[in-house]
Amino acid sequence: MSSDTLAKASAAPDVPEHADALRIVPHRRLGQWTAAAAVLVLLGLAVNSVLRNEAFRWDLVADYFTSDSVLRGLWLTLWLTAVVMVLGFALGTLLAAGRLSANPVLRSVSWGYVWLFRSIPILVQLLLWFNIGALYPQLFGVRTVNLFTPVAVAIIGLTLHEAAYAAEVVRGGILSVDRGQIEAAQALGLSRWRRWWRIVLPQAMRSIVPPAGNMLIGTLKGTSIVSVIAVQDLLFSVQLVYHRTYQVIPLLMVATVWYTVVTSLLGVGQHYVEKYYARGSERAR
Amino acid sequence: MSVMVDIRSVHKSFGSLEVLKGIDLSVRAGEVTVVLGPSGSGKSTLLRTINHLEKVDRGAITVDGVLVGYRRSGNRLYELPEREVLRRRTRIGFVFQNFNLFPHLTVLDNVIEAPVSALKRPRGEAVEAARRLLERVGLADRADAYPRQLSGGQQQRVAIARALALEPGLLLFDEPTSALDPELVGEVLDVIRDLALQGRTMIVVTHEIGFAREVADTVVFMDDGRIVEQGPPTEVLERPREERTRLFLSKVL
Repeated sequence: MSSDTLAKASAAPDVPEHADALRIVPHRRLGQWTAAAAVLVLLGLAVNSVLRNEAFRWDLVADYFTSDSVLRGLWLTLWLTAVVMVLGFALGTLLAAGRLSANPVLRSVSWGYVWLFRSIPILVQLLLWFNIGALYPQLFGVRTVNLFTPVAVAIIGLTLHEAAYAAEVVRGGILSVDRGQIEAAQALGLSRWRRWWRIVLPQAMRSIVPPAGNMLIGTLKGTSIVSVIAVQDLLFSVQLVYHRTYQVIPLLMVATVWYTVVTSLLGVGQHYVEKYYARGSERAR
Repeated sequence: MSVMVDIRSVHKSFGSLEVLKGIDLSVRAGEVTVVLGPSGSGKSTLLRTINHLEKVDRGAITVDGVLVGYRRSGNRLYELPEREVLRRRTRIGFVFQNFNLFPHLTVLDNVIEAPVSALKRPRGEAVEAARRLLERVGLADRADAYPRQLSGGQQQRVAIARALALEPGLLLFDEPTSALDPELVGEVLDVIRDLALQGRTMIVVTHEIGFAREVADTVVFMDDGRIVEQGPPTEVLERPREERTRLFLSKVL
């Protein structure tokens, strides 16, 4: 603003003597109200049709929701997710350390791993492991098909896939830690191991947890892919039922609701984990 | 008095940029050496080579008669394994410009980290010592705070306590007040001055000319990777022999 217009503005009689008697009226946004109303109407219609459509058979959904076979499938989905996350992140952390190491061989091999396993679709990978017996009929004196059971294939395939992504998440977290932190730890004579566990990793966790939470939820749902190799997870369990009863939609609803429930619980858990790793990050009051 | 730090013809390059072009300097035990110089003169790099945070390309540095990063055999210096370098480094305290406190640890945990994990002191003993040190820097009541809850000046005082927790024979300060708001500089310099009065051997890289005049036994002026002149503050600061020193002082005073 030029000094000219400033002078004019201050000279204008807009502001009366008693400015504190003025009331401020917010600008009404008609468009926002219309959009909100339209969305609510559409949402109401959708909910109405879901509840009123008999074909959903909510009574059957309720019946099967806690049936033994569904709960067994849910249990497999849960422990498979946990095992894959733990092993995937363990391997991913090693790969991240490899990517950041001073050793060019470790760096290249880690890079190559991430490149390869991010390139192969998980479905293709599962099928490859499932048919590994065609390449190596015998391993360690045992028939390969006996070693690579469907569950073992599921764990191996999902873990190798997970590790490639986990490696990048962990690497990003480590790079987010200020270089001065490592120098300070070196200057204090802390061992390499101690620097890593006590100084770098806890700080890296702040940037690792949000994408890791994303991956956890993705993995939970992604395990449903193992139904193609006949592992009895949540999805496969409801499929077994509807192949028998032909109640496809109600049983898919059972799976849908369970996936949603578990995902929501994981979201709550993530909130507390984030809070824990944020300690010390608030500014002075 | 015995020599604490002996620096002999140290050269250091980053890529094609030579930042140290042959430095010779010796610091006697119990003395305070203040290193002055324009930014880019190599003074921080020199300080970092003393505790082997930066490797030298040529020359040698001993602290209390010991090579920090190397083992000498005849005419060769063999680089030591990291474990040994870390052990020798615990004899040297280092205070950074940006404090570099560990933000996820409380003040107390910051101070006891090195004694417990590097010196294998029992935790209870380390905590007691840490509380005494925090009292000395005037922060006994902030032991359970996290670094970010403290002012810059308080953080730097914690960083000094953390360096002292190793009971080092030598203290290195890399521009300890440069990241501070002007009104917080005094409290940090007071702590450093106290340490000087106790006869600690210290090398301080700083821009605080007043502090140098008051506390230094020796002032070293560096420019362009070389030591231009050195001597007692009354000489270097009041009657500099070199034109470059005079020019620098006229700019900062």
